[in-house]
Amino acid sequence: MRLVSRLSRVPLPALAVVSLVLMMVALTLVFYVAPNDANQGFSQRIFYFHVSIAFTAYACFAAGAWKALLHLWKRDPRADLESYVAVHQGVIFGTLVLLTGSIWAKISWGHWWLWGEDELVLFLVLFLFYCAYFMLRFSVDPGPQRANFSAVYALFGVVLIPVSFLAIRIAKSFVHPEVFTLHGPNFGGWILVTYCVAQAALLLLAHTLYRVELTGKRLDARLRELRFA
Amino acid sequence: MTTAEKYVTAAYCVVFAGVLVYVVLIALKLQRLEREVDELERREPKAAEDERETIEVG
Amino acid sequence: MTYFADVGALARKDLLLELRARDTLPAMLLFVVATFVVFHFSLPAHSSQLAASGLLWVAILFTALLGLGRAFVPEREQRVLDGLVLAPCDRSAIWLAKSIATLAFLGAAELVALPVFALFFHGLSGATIAGVVLADIGICAVGTFLGAMAVATRARDLLLPLLFLPLAIPIVVGGVGASVVGSPGRYLAFLALYDVLFGLLCWATFEYVVTE
Repeated sequence: MRLVSRLSRVPLPALAVVSLVLMMVALTLVFYVAPNDANQGFSQRIFYFHVSIAFTAYACFAAGAWKALLHLWKRDPRADLESYVAVHQGVIFGTLVLLTGSIWAKISWGHWWLWGEDELVLFLVLFLFYCAYFMLRFSVDPGPQRANFSAVYALFGVVLIPVSFLAIRIAKSFVHPEVFTLHGPNFGGWILVTYCVAQAALLLLAHTLYRVELTGKRLDARLRELRFA
Repeated sequence: MTTAEKYVTAAYCVVFAGVLVYVVLIALKLQRLEREVDELERREPKAAEDERETIEVG
Repeated sequence: MTYFADVGALARKDLLLELRARDTLPAMLLFVVATFVVFHFSLPAHSSQLAASGLLWVAILFTALLGLGRAFVPEREQRVLDGLVLAPCDRSAIWLAKSIATLAFLGAAELVALPVFALFFHGLSGATIAGVVLADIGICAVGTFLGAMAVATRARDLLLPLLFLPLAIPIVVGGVGASVVGSPGRYLAFLALYDVLFGLLCWATFEYVVTE
């Protein structure tokens, strides 16, 4: 937590440049350095991004829920907007999970969608849930009520994540069972290094985009206040 | 990877790098805008104070 | 304890209102029976019994949505909710009372719907009934909570299904699992876990939905 708060004092352009550099390092590692997977060959490399993006999406939703809790509990005036932007980033990365997962499924198994893939189905449910978050938020006029509703719904989301995952797992015994698995590569050596760098790069990119959107929205609000002062 | 694949990958990486450079530029613009709004806010309260009407109550 | 006295009083109000108006419950009953007839026509020939079991849960879910959509309408229209919030009771009592009342309506509708289902399609096991009971608790708890939020928005009844369905997916999984699988214990336990987790969350956060 302290790392994140120190991170928010770093000037935004510097953060953007660092995430650019780290992302390029990660891409180089993924495509030029990491060894080819024995089973799946070249297409396995999509995992470095797919898994990292999935984890980043979870982190964004968790951050959104944490800010929501701060809003409800500590009445922090900044927390509502921060929660909203975090959830927004989470949805963006969640969409990327669905897209990259779909591409991997097409490459590996010939189908664009796999009901047997737990993570893909989970992200579909979460995508539906958080899209409803935006519908809820834009259906209420700005004010304390909207902030409260959004915060409470974000908390519901974070409880839904493990419950949904469990549901999808236990549903496997009566829905059409498929034997496709998103088994990761066996970690070791350069594979582990590449994964860690890719994960760090994506987390940092998510944080940068979060800061960019937050700053933009705050500037909007301040300009509006100045205009109508 | 064959040479052709290496070049294709490099092309994608260049596009990605381009997008991230765009993010850096946006970040720079936002930093500048923040500085300008800060300055405006420092000047505005004084102007707003003068404009506000005083209405007698009671 | 005054908390439960408050809950009892509020729940009794809703039940009395429904007994006098008699609009929601008959609508739910008719809706669920009509849905079963639609299912008969939408299941192609030689569909398994399992398909019908699955569709039972779809029917329960959408019947519940019908009832839930109307749950907070009187409060909103007559501005009763403001009065309730001003009253010196714990705000979560409002949610609990409304959930209990909705549960009563849903249960009453199912008292008719389940025998009709058994008549139209096939018999129901004890595990299915247990699953229905546990699922109803979850549906009413979460649905009432979301209904209170939806009623305060511009979109009103458009929003409730959107908010509710993603949260209802685990309930459907638990319910269908309990109906269909040989050893339903796991699914019933999962439904109970859902009820406890989300019930607690609703109870703890309802305060923030009705106040600012």
